[in-house]
Amino acid sequence: GPNCDLVNFSEYISKNLALYELSNDGMKLSTHAQANFCRGELAKALRKGPFQVNVILGGYDENVPNGGSLYIMDYLGSCHKVNYGAQGYASNFTLSIMDRDWEEGMNEEQAVKIVEHCIRELNMRFLLNQSNFIIKVVDKDGVRTVKADSDPSDN
Amino acid sequence: LCVGVSSCHRHRHRHIHHNFLRVSKKPQHKGNYHSTLLLPTAPLSPHNSPPTQTHRKQYYHNRKMSILEYNGAAVIAMAGKDCVGIASDNRLGIQYQTVAMDFKKVFKMNDTLFVGLAGLATDVQTLDQLLRFRMNLYELREERTMTPQVFTNLLSNILYEKRFGPYFAEPVVAGLDEKGSPYLATMDLIGAIETTKDFVVSGTCDGNLYGMCETLYKPDLGKEELFETLAQALLASVDRDALSGWGGVVHIITKEGVMSRELKGRQD
Repeated sequence: GPNCDLVNFSEYISKNLALYELSNDGMKLSTHAQANFCRGELAKALRKGPFQVNVILGGYDENVPNGGSLYIMDYLGSCHKVNYGAQGYASNFTLSIMDRDWEEGMNEEQAVKIVEHCIRELNMRFLLNQSNFIIKVVDKDGVRTVKADSDPSDN
Repeated sequence: LCVGVSSCHRHRHRHIHHNFLRVSKKPQHKGNYHSTLLLPTAPLSPHNSPPTQTHRKQYYHNRKMSILEYNGAAVIAMAGKDCVGIASDNRLGIQYQTVAMDFKKVFKMNDTLFVGLAGLATDVQTLDQLLRFRMNLYELREERTMTPQVFTNLLSNILYEKRFGPYFAEPVVAGLDEKGSPYLATMDLIGAIETTKDFVVSGTCDGNLYGMCETLYKPDLGKEELFETLAQALLASVDRDALSGWGGVVHIITKEGVMSRELKGRQD
């Protein structure tokens, strides 16, 4: 979405999640809970002053089968757990690629391969030339950048 | 019957159907909620007039879409002999693009009460959460389970509270009352209740659903026959609607319990 809402909303959510941990004796929220919190904020703001942000939220929890879970939300506040997702113009090109390539029980390397496939497709077919993409991975050790064609400190 | 529809006749076909139904005279949805839905970055305006045409339009999108048709849904409920069935499709879309194929619109409130919510997905989810909250509160205070009639009235109240800025969802309530007899009810987006003895429908293809139910329904169907009827009615209806489909789910509620089955239909 527009950068103003993007920065404002994502900081609002991440700081509130940090606050929860501080206020509740170190209890961490699961990815599902975080996604629902995010959805609730979007839904609340919708009829006041909507955040024009479409979210893809992914996280790792130990007690979840397969560990990772991905949630996709649109700016109206509809949230859904998915195996793969895309927002914006990218979705028109990449959802079909992921429909084809995604399999149950892939490892990190295969997943990153699919993301790279999507990026290649965009570079070929999308009219805007956006050659710099950042790929990040979330696992039990946290978030790390796997590939960055641009400067990660920009984000 | 066609007053107020002439400017947007193409997509208001489904509301013209309402005026001929024996079940109820559902209020015509005002032009307020028919807006040209814009690219993902533009907000929807639930109040007043639709956004002006100076906004960018999606290049392939030249048809005015109601907010109730943004995500796509199909929900049916039918009564049988000492049982009720409720079914929904699985599609979650953003206008013409499909985002998920496992988004169910029927929610279990308790063992004998299900509610199906068709409409804008965010409001469907908000209402599901609100209803469970209010129902749990009721059961804590009253120390008894909520009957379907009370639930329907609660839902109607929640919807009418937002009369001038409503939840864009049209619910369907299906349950067994205390005596075990089937209870069906439907509402429009502002909570006008209609209870029926045979079937209730809601969603983007409600015209199709009414037709199929009217044709296939017979009173006093058994569990298995009711399942078959619901499944056929749902699948045939969503096949003629671009915005709903991708299979479905059917729940048959009886005194003994709930039987849930997934439907595999055309995956398009």
